[in-house]
Amino acid sequence: MVTEEKIWKILEQVSDPEIPVLTISDLGIIRGIEKYDESFKIKITPTYSGCPAMRVIETEIEAALKKEKITDFTIETVLSPAWTTDWLSENGRQKLAEYGIAPPVNEPDKSILFADAPAVSCPICHSPNTKMISLFGSTACKAHYQCNSCLEPFDYFKCLK
Amino acid sequence: MNSLFEYLLRIGDDSLILGQRLSELCGHGPILEEDIATTNISLDLIGQATNLLTYAAEVENLGRDADNLAFMRIDREYKNVVLVEQPNGDFGDTMMRQFLFDAFRKLFFERLQQSKDGQLAAIAEKSLKETRYHLKHSSEWVIRLGDGTEESHSRIQNSLNTLWRYRAELFFMDEVDNELINKGIAVDLKTFRNEYDSFVSTILNEATLNPPAQNWEFGSGRKGKHSEHLGHLLAEMQYMQRTYPNMEW
Repeated sequence: MVTEEKIWKILEQVSDPEIPVLTISDLGIIRGIEKYDESFKIKITPTYSGCPAMRVIETEIEAALKKEKITDFTIETVLSPAWTTDWLSENGRQKLAEYGIAPPVNEPDKSILFADAPAVSCPICHSPNTKMISLFGSTACKAHYQCNSCLEPFDYFKCLK
Repeated sequence: MNSLFEYLLRIGDDSLILGQRLSELCGHGPILEEDIATTNISLDLIGQATNLLTYAAEVENLGRDADNLAFMRIDREYKNVVLVEQPNGDFGDTMMRQFLFDAFRKLFFERLQQSKDGQLAAIAEKSLKETRYHLKHSSEWVIRLGDGTEESHSRIQNSLNTLWRYRAELFFMDEVDNELINKGIAVDLKTFRNEYDSFVSTILNEATLNPPAQNWEFGSGRKGKHSEHLGHLLAEMQYMQRTYPNMEW
Protein backbone atom coordinates (compact mmCIF):
# COMPACT_ATOMS: atom_id res chain seq x y z
CA MET A 1 0.00 0.00 0.00
CA VAL A 2 1.20 3.49 -0.78
CA THR A 3 1.76 5.64 2.28
CA GLU A 4 2.45 9.36 2.77
CA GLU A 5 6.02 8.42 3.75
CA LYS A 6 6.51 6.67 0.42
CA ILE A 7 5.35 9.82 -1.43
CA TRP A 8 7.72 11.99 0.61
CA LYS A 9 10.57 9.60 -0.28
CA ILE A 10 9.78 9.84 -3.98
CA LEU A 11 9.50 13.62 -3.90
CA GLU A 12 12.88 13.86 -2.17
CA GLN A 13 14.36 12.80 -5.51
CA VAL A 14 12.79 15.67 -7.48
CA SER A 15 15.24 18.52 -8.05
CA ASP A 16 14.59 22.20 -8.49
CA PRO A 17 14.86 23.05 -12.21
CA GLU A 18 16.69 26.32 -11.62
CA ILE A 19 19.06 25.14 -8.89
CA PRO A 20 19.36 21.44 -9.72
CA VAL A 21 21.65 20.77 -6.75
CA LEU A 22 18.64 21.29 -4.46
CA THR A 23 15.66 18.98 -4.21
CA ILE A 24 12.21 20.44 -3.75
CA SER A 25 12.18 19.09 -0.21
CA ASP A 26 15.51 20.83 0.55
CA LEU A 27 13.81 24.03 -0.58
CA GLY A 28 10.88 23.46 1.73
CA ILE A 29 8.26 24.01 -0.93
CA ILE A 30 6.35 20.78 -0.29
CA ARG A 31 3.88 21.92 2.35
CA GLY A 32 2.05 18.70 3.01
CA ILE A 33 0.82 15.38 1.70
CA GLU A 34 -2.70 14.35 2.56
CA LYS A 35 -4.24 10.95 2.04
CA TYR A 36 -7.89 10.46 1.10
CA ASP A 37 -8.78 6.76 0.79
CA GLU A 38 -6.56 5.78 -2.12
CA SER A 39 -5.78 9.25 -3.44
CA PHE A 40 -3.29 11.87 -2.36
CA LYS A 41 -3.21 15.62 -2.30
CA ILE A 42 0.25 17.17 -2.55
CA LYS A 43 0.51 20.78 -1.43
CA ILE A 44 3.29 22.95 -2.80
CA THR A 45 4.06 26.65 -2.37
CA PRO A 46 6.04 29.00 -4.64
CA THR A 47 9.21 30.71 -3.42
CA TYR A 48 8.20 33.97 -5.20
CA SER A 49 4.79 34.84 -6.69
CA GLY A 50 6.16 34.80 -10.22
CA CYS A 51 8.50 31.83 -9.84
CA PRO A 52 8.56 30.40 -13.39
CA ALA A 53 9.75 27.02 -12.11
CA MET A 54 6.41 26.08 -10.52
CA ARG A 55 4.90 24.53 -13.65
CA VAL A 56 8.03 22.53 -14.31
CA ILE A 57 8.09 21.36 -10.70
CA GLU A 58 4.49 20.14 -10.98
CA THR A 59 5.34 18.25 -14.16
CA GLU A 60 8.35 16.68 -12.49
CA ILE A 61 6.33 15.63 -9.45
CA GLU A 62 3.82 14.01 -11.79
CA ALA A 63 6.54 12.21 -13.70
CA ALA A 64 8.26 10.97 -10.53
CA LEU A 65 5.03 9.57 -9.09
CA LYS A 66 3.88 7.99 -12.34
CA LYS A 67 7.23 6.26 -12.63
CA GLU A 68 6.36 4.53 -9.33
CA LYS A 69 2.93 3.66 -10.73
CA ILE A 70 1.18 6.18 -8.49
CA THR A 71 -1.50 7.93 -10.55
CA ASP A 72 -4.26 8.90 -8.12
CA PHE A 73 -3.12 12.31 -6.86
CA THR A 74 -3.70 16.05 -7.23
CA ILE A 75 -1.24 18.89 -6.76
CA GLU A 76 -2.46 22.03 -5.08
CA THR A 77 -0.61 25.35 -4.84
CA VAL A 78 -1.02 27.06 -1.48
CA LEU A 79 0.14 30.61 -0.71
CA SER A 80 -0.15 30.77 3.05
CA PRO A 81 1.91 30.54 5.16
CA ALA A 82 4.18 32.30 2.69
CA TRP A 83 7.47 30.61 1.90
CA THR A 84 10.53 31.83 3.77
CA THR A 85 14.21 30.98 3.45
CA ASP A 86 13.97 29.65 7.03
CA TRP A 87 12.46 26.54 5.43
CA LEU A 88 15.64 25.74 3.51
CA SER A 89 17.05 22.57 5.04
CA GLU A 90 20.49 22.47 6.68
CA ASN A 91 21.51 19.96 4.05
CA GLY A 92 20.21 22.30 1.35
CA ARG A 93 22.30 25.19 2.69
CA GLN A 94 25.43 23.08 2.55
CA LYS A 95 24.69 21.91 -0.96
CA LEU A 96 24.13 25.51 -2.08
CA ALA A 97 27.50 26.62 -0.70
CA GLU A 98 29.30 23.70 -2.36
CA TYR A 99 27.56 24.55 -5.63
CA GLY A 100 28.91 28.14 -5.47
CA ILE A 101 25.76 29.94 -4.26
CA ALA A 102 26.08 31.62 -0.88
CA PRO A 103 23.21 30.42 1.35
CA PRO A 104 20.95 32.99 3.08
CA VAL A 105 22.27 34.64 6.22
CA ASN A 106 20.08 36.15 8.88
CA GLU A 107 19.26 39.64 7.67
CA PRO A 108 17.70 42.53 9.49
CA ASP A 109 14.07 43.22 8.73
CA LYS A 110 13.64 44.63 5.22
CA SER A 111 11.62 47.49 6.66
CA ILE A 112 14.92 48.96 7.85
CA LEU A 113 15.51 50.71 4.58
CA PHE A 114 19.09 51.79 4.81
CA ALA A 115 20.55 48.80 6.56
CA ASP A 116 23.90 47.68 5.18
CA ALA A 117 23.88 44.82 2.75
CA PRO A 118 24.19 41.52 4.66
CA ALA A 119 27.72 40.25 5.19
CA VAL A 120 28.00 37.19 2.98
CA SER A 121 31.11 35.04 2.71
CA CYS A 122 32.45 34.12 -0.70
CA PRO A 123 31.38 30.53 -1.50
CA ILE A 124 34.55 30.03 -3.55
CA CYS A 125 37.47 31.34 -1.42
CA HIS A 126 35.44 31.80 1.83
CA SER A 127 36.65 35.36 2.32
CA PRO A 128 34.21 37.47 4.36
CA ASN A 129 35.29 40.52 2.34
CA THR A 130 32.57 40.75 -0.31
CA LYS A 131 30.27 43.41 -1.74
CA MET A 132 26.74 43.42 -3.03
CA ILE A 133 26.50 44.33 -6.72
CA SER A 134 22.74 44.17 -7.04
CA LEU A 135 19.78 43.18 -4.88
CA PHE A 136 18.43 41.24 -7.86
CA GLY A 137 20.22 38.35 -9.52
CA SER A 138 19.85 35.59 -12.07
CA THR A 139 16.59 34.29 -10.55
CA ALA A 140 13.93 35.84 -8.33
CA CYS A 141 15.47 34.27 -5.23
CA LYS A 142 19.03 35.49 -5.68
CA ALA A 143 21.12 38.65 -5.30
CA HIS A 144 24.37 39.37 -7.10
CA TYR A 145 27.62 39.69 -5.12
CA GLN A 146 31.31 39.95 -5.81
CA CYS A 147 34.23 38.81 -3.69
CA ASN A 148 36.79 41.55 -2.94
CA SER A 149 39.51 38.97 -2.26
CA CYS A 150 39.35 36.55 -5.19
CA LEU A 151 37.30 38.99 -7.32
CA GLU A 152 34.89 36.24 -8.45
CA PRO A 153 31.26 37.25 -8.89
CA PHE A 154 28.79 34.94 -7.18
CA ASP A 155 25.10 34.44 -6.45
CA TYR A 156 23.65 34.90 -3.00
CA PHE A 157 20.41 33.13 -2.16
CA LYS A 158 18.73 36.11 -0.53
CA CYS A 159 16.91 36.00 2.73
CA LEU A 160 13.12 36.11 2.50
CA LYS A 161 11.12 36.55 5.69
CA MET B 1 -21.82 44.66 -9.41
CA ASN B 2 -19.72 42.09 -7.59
CA SER B 3 -17.60 44.21 -5.26
CA LEU B 4 -14.99 41.59 -4.46
CA PHE B 5 -14.44 40.92 -8.17
CA GLU B 6 -14.05 44.64 -8.80
CA TYR B 7 -11.65 45.00 -5.86
CA LEU B 8 -9.49 42.12 -7.09
CA LEU B 9 -9.34 43.66 -10.57
CA ARG B 10 -8.10 46.93 -9.11
CA ILE B 11 -5.25 45.33 -7.19
CA GLY B 12 -4.53 42.75 -9.88
CA ASP B 13 -4.49 45.26 -12.75
CA ASP B 14 -2.05 47.51 -10.87
CA SER B 15 0.34 44.56 -10.71
CA LEU B 16 -0.33 43.41 -14.26
CA ILE B 17 0.07 46.75 -16.00
CA LEU B 18 3.17 47.80 -14.06
CA GLY B 19 4.63 44.32 -14.61
CA GLN B 20 4.03 44.68 -18.35
CA ARG B 21 5.60 48.16 -18.37
CA LEU B 22 8.73 46.96 -16.59
CA SER B 23 9.01 43.95 -18.89
CA GLU B 24 9.55 46.39 -21.76
CA LEU B 25 12.98 46.99 -20.23
CA CYS B 26 14.01 43.37 -20.71
CA GLY B 27 17.13 43.65 -22.86
CA HIS B 28 16.89 47.46 -22.77
CA GLY B 29 17.89 48.31 -19.19
CA PRO B 30 20.39 51.16 -18.72
CA ILE B 31 22.96 48.76 -17.26
CA LEU B 32 22.96 44.98 -17.02
CA GLU B 33 22.22 44.88 -13.27
CA GLU B 34 19.20 47.14 -13.65
CA ASP B 35 17.99 45.22 -16.68
CA ILE B 36 17.95 42.15 -14.44
CA ALA B 37 16.48 44.01 -11.46
CA THR B 38 13.57 45.59 -13.33
CA THR B 39 12.67 42.32 -15.04
CA ASN B 40 12.85 40.50 -11.68
CA ILE B 41 10.42 43.05 -10.25
CA SER B 42 8.27 42.65 -13.34
CA LEU B 43 8.20 38.90 -12.77
CA ASP B 44 7.09 39.33 -9.15
CA LEU B 45 4.33 41.72 -10.24
CA ILE B 46 3.08 39.41 -12.99
CA GLY B 47 3.11 36.56 -10.48
CA GLN B 48 1.00 38.65 -8.10
CA ALA B 49 -1.33 39.53 -10.98
CA THR B 50 -1.70 35.84 -11.80
CA ASN B 51 -2.71 35.07 -8.21
CA LEU B 52 -5.13 38.00 -8.02
CA LEU B 53 -6.75 37.50 -11.42
CA THR B 54 -7.05 33.74 -10.90
CA TYR B 55 -8.95 34.49 -7.72
CA ALA B 56 -10.99 37.22 -9.47
CA ALA B 57 -12.06 34.75 -12.16
CA GLU B 58 -13.04 32.26 -9.47
CA VAL B 59 -15.10 34.89 -7.64
CA GLU B 60 -16.76 36.03 -10.86
CA ASN B 61 -17.60 32.42 -11.72
CA LEU B 62 -18.49 33.03 -15.36
CA GLY B 63 -16.06 30.56 -16.86
CA ARG B 64 -13.28 33.09 -17.48
CA ASP B 65 -9.75 32.42 -16.27
CA ALA B 66 -6.78 34.65 -15.37
CA ASP B 67 -5.48 34.69 -18.96
CA ASN B 68 -8.86 35.66 -20.23
CA LEU B 69 -9.04 38.57 -17.79
CA ALA B 70 -5.48 39.65 -18.54
CA PHE B 71 -5.63 39.47 -22.31
CA MET B 72 -9.21 39.75 -23.53
CA ARG B 73 -10.64 42.82 -21.83
CA ILE B 74 -10.87 46.22 -23.50
CA ASP B 75 -9.17 49.30 -22.06
CA ARG B 76 -12.20 50.61 -20.16
CA GLU B 77 -12.43 47.32 -18.30
CA TYR B 78 -8.97 47.70 -16.74
CA LYS B 79 -9.08 49.17 -13.24
CA ASN B 80 -5.45 50.00 -12.56
CA VAL B 81 -4.39 53.45 -11.42
CA VAL B 82 -3.18 55.75 -14.18
CA LEU B 83 0.26 56.00 -12.50
CA VAL B 84 1.29 52.44 -13.42
CA GLU B 85 0.50 52.79 -17.13
CA GLN B 86 2.75 55.85 -17.56
CA PRO B 87 5.61 55.17 -19.97
CA ASN B 88 9.05 54.12 -18.75
CA GLY B 89 10.59 57.39 -20.00
CA ASP B 90 14.14 57.72 -18.74
CA PHE B 91 15.45 55.71 -15.80
CA GLY B 92 14.47 58.50 -13.40
CA ASP B 93 10.85 58.29 -14.60
CA THR B 94 10.86 54.51 -14.20
CA MET B 95 12.27 54.65 -10.67
CA MET B 96 10.09 57.53 -9.48
CA ARG B 97 6.94 55.80 -10.74
CA GLN B 98 8.09 52.62 -9.01
CA PHE B 99 8.90 54.42 -5.77
CA LEU B 100 5.53 56.20 -5.50
CA PHE B 101 3.83 52.85 -6.16
CA ASP B 102 6.01 50.59 -3.95
CA ALA B 103 5.66 52.93 -0.96
CA PHE B 104 1.89 52.58 -1.28
CA ARG B 105 1.92 48.86 -1.90
CA LYS B 106 4.04 48.03 1.15
CA LEU B 107 1.69 49.84 3.53
CA PHE B 108 -1.34 48.43 1.70
CA PHE B 109 -0.23 44.77 1.80
CA GLU B 110 0.78 45.08 5.46
CA ARG B 111 -2.87 45.84 6.19
CA LEU B 112 -4.45 43.54 3.63
CA GLN B 113 -2.77 40.61 5.39
CA GLN B 114 -5.44 41.04 8.09
CA SER B 115 -8.28 40.68 5.57
CA LYS B 116 -11.08 38.35 6.62
CA ASP B 117 -10.96 36.92 3.13
CA GLY B 118 -8.42 34.10 3.53
CA GLN B 119 -7.24 33.97 -0.08
CA LEU B 120 -6.78 37.74 -0.27
CA ALA B 121 -4.85 37.71 3.01
CA ALA B 122 -2.62 34.91 1.70
CA ILE B 123 -1.85 36.78 -1.52
CA ALA B 124 -1.07 39.93 0.50
CA GLU B 125 1.25 38.04 2.86
CA LYS B 126 3.14 36.57 -0.10
CA SER B 127 3.29 39.82 -2.10
CA LEU B 128 4.45 41.90 0.86
CA LYS B 129 7.73 40.03 1.13
CA GLU B 130 8.51 40.83 -2.50
CA THR B 131 7.31 44.42 -2.24
CA ARG B 132 9.77 45.15 0.58
CA TYR B 133 12.63 44.35 -1.79
CA HIS B 134 11.09 46.47 -4.54
CA LEU B 135 10.69 49.45 -2.22
CA LYS B 136 14.24 49.20 -0.95
CA HIS B 137 15.47 49.16 -4.54
CA SER B 138 13.36 52.08 -5.80
CA SER B 139 13.96 54.23 -2.69
CA GLU B 140 17.70 53.81 -3.02
CA TRP B 141 17.59 54.82 -6.67
CA VAL B 142 15.48 57.90 -5.98
CA ILE B 143 18.08 58.98 -3.41
CA ARG B 144 21.04 58.05 -5.59
CA LEU B 145 19.71 59.98 -8.59
CA GLY B 146 18.30 62.92 -6.64
CA ASP B 147 21.41 63.41 -4.51
CA GLY B 148 23.67 62.49 -7.40
CA THR B 149 25.03 64.65 -10.20
CA GLU B 150 23.52 67.90 -11.43
CA GLU B 151 22.19 66.06 -14.47
CA SER B 152 20.65 63.13 -12.56
CA HIS B 153 19.16 65.53 -10.00
CA SER B 154 17.46 67.72 -12.59
CA ARG B 155 16.15 64.74 -14.53
CA ILE B 156 14.60 62.94 -11.59
CA GLN B 157 13.21 66.25 -10.31
CA ASN B 158 11.43 66.44 -13.69
CA SER B 159 10.13 62.90 -13.19
CA LEU B 160 8.76 63.90 -9.82
CA ASN B 161 7.12 67.00 -11.30
CA THR B 162 5.38 64.87 -13.91
CA LEU B 163 4.33 61.93 -11.75
CA TRP B 164 3.37 63.72 -8.53
CA ARG B 165 -0.20 64.39 -9.72
CA TYR B 166 -0.92 60.67 -10.07
CA ARG B 167 -0.14 59.53 -6.54
CA ALA B 168 -3.44 60.64 -5.01
CA GLU B 169 -5.37 58.10 -7.08
CA LEU B 170 -3.68 55.31 -5.15
CA PHE B 171 -5.96 56.35 -2.28
CA PHE B 172 -9.17 56.42 -4.34
CA MET B 173 -12.11 54.74 -2.60
CA ASP B 174 -15.76 54.35 -3.51
CA GLU B 175 -18.75 52.10 -2.70
CA VAL B 176 -16.75 49.01 -3.68
CA ASP B 177 -14.26 49.71 -0.90
CA ASN B 178 -16.89 50.80 1.58
CA GLU B 179 -18.91 47.62 1.21
CA LEU B 180 -15.83 45.43 1.63
CA ILE B 181 -14.42 47.50 4.50
CA ASN B 182 -17.66 46.85 6.37
CA LYS B 183 -17.18 43.13 5.84
CA GLY B 184 -13.58 43.29 7.07
CA ILE B 185 -12.25 42.30 3.64
CA ALA B 186 -10.83 45.54 2.22
CA VAL B 187 -8.35 48.03 3.65
CA ASP B 188 -9.53 51.53 4.56
CA LEU B 189 -6.90 53.49 2.64
CA LYS B 190 -7.45 56.64 4.69
CA THR B 191 -5.84 54.92 7.66
CA PHE B 192 -2.36 55.10 6.17
CA ARG B 193 -2.40 58.19 3.95
CA ASN B 194 -0.41 60.18 6.52
CA GLU B 195 2.10 57.43 6.93
CA TYR B 196 2.53 57.27 3.16
CA ASP B 197 2.98 61.02 2.80
CA SER B 198 5.52 61.17 5.58
CA PHE B 199 7.51 58.20 4.26
CA VAL B 200 7.58 59.67 0.75
CA SER B 201 8.71 63.05 2.03
CA THR B 202 11.48 61.46 4.13
CA ILE B 203 12.92 59.80 1.04
CA LEU B 204 12.48 62.90 -1.13
CA ASN B 205 14.27 65.02 1.50
CA GLU B 206 17.12 62.57 1.61
CA ALA B 207 17.19 62.77 -2.20
CA THR B 208 17.23 66.60 -2.06
CA LEU B 209 14.08 66.64 -4.22
CA ASN B 210 11.09 68.93 -3.82
CA PRO B 211 7.52 68.02 -4.73
CA PRO B 212 6.08 70.49 -7.25
CA ALA B 213 3.97 73.32 -5.86
CA GLN B 214 0.98 72.39 -8.03
CA ASN B 215 -1.45 70.38 -6.03
CA TRP B 216 -3.93 69.22 -8.61
CA GLU B 217 -4.61 65.56 -8.82
CA PHE B 218 -5.34 63.35 -11.73
CA GLY B 219 -6.50 59.82 -12.22
CA SER B 220 -9.69 57.92 -12.90
CA GLY B 221 -8.28 54.52 -13.73
CA ARG B 222 -10.26 52.86 -10.94
CA LYS B 223 -13.36 53.79 -12.96
CA GLY B 224 -11.85 52.52 -16.20
CA LYS B 225 -10.87 55.91 -17.60
CA HIS B 226 -7.26 55.83 -18.64
CA SER B 227 -4.56 57.91 -20.24
CA GLU B 228 -3.76 57.35 -23.90
CA HIS B 229 -0.76 55.23 -22.89
CA LEU B 230 -2.82 52.24 -21.75
CA GLY B 231 -4.23 51.52 -25.21
CA HIS B 232 -0.77 51.25 -26.71
CA LEU B 233 0.40 49.01 -23.90
CA LEU B 234 -2.61 46.72 -24.34
CA ALA B 235 -2.10 46.55 -28.10
CA GLU B 236 1.29 45.02 -27.51
CA MET B 237 0.34 42.89 -24.51
CA GLN B 238 -2.78 41.43 -26.11
CA TYR B 239 -1.39 40.92 -29.59
CA MET B 240 -0.84 37.15 -29.38
CA GLN B 241 -4.18 36.32 -27.73
CA ARG B 242 -6.09 38.55 -30.14
CA THR B 243 -4.33 37.08 -33.15
CA TYR B 244 -4.49 33.45 -32.01
CA PRO B 245 -7.43 33.32 -29.57
CA ASN B 246 -7.08 30.74 -26.79
CA MET B 247 -3.53 29.84 -27.70
CA GLU B 248 -1.47 28.32 -24.90
CA TRP B 249 2.25 27.85 -24.45
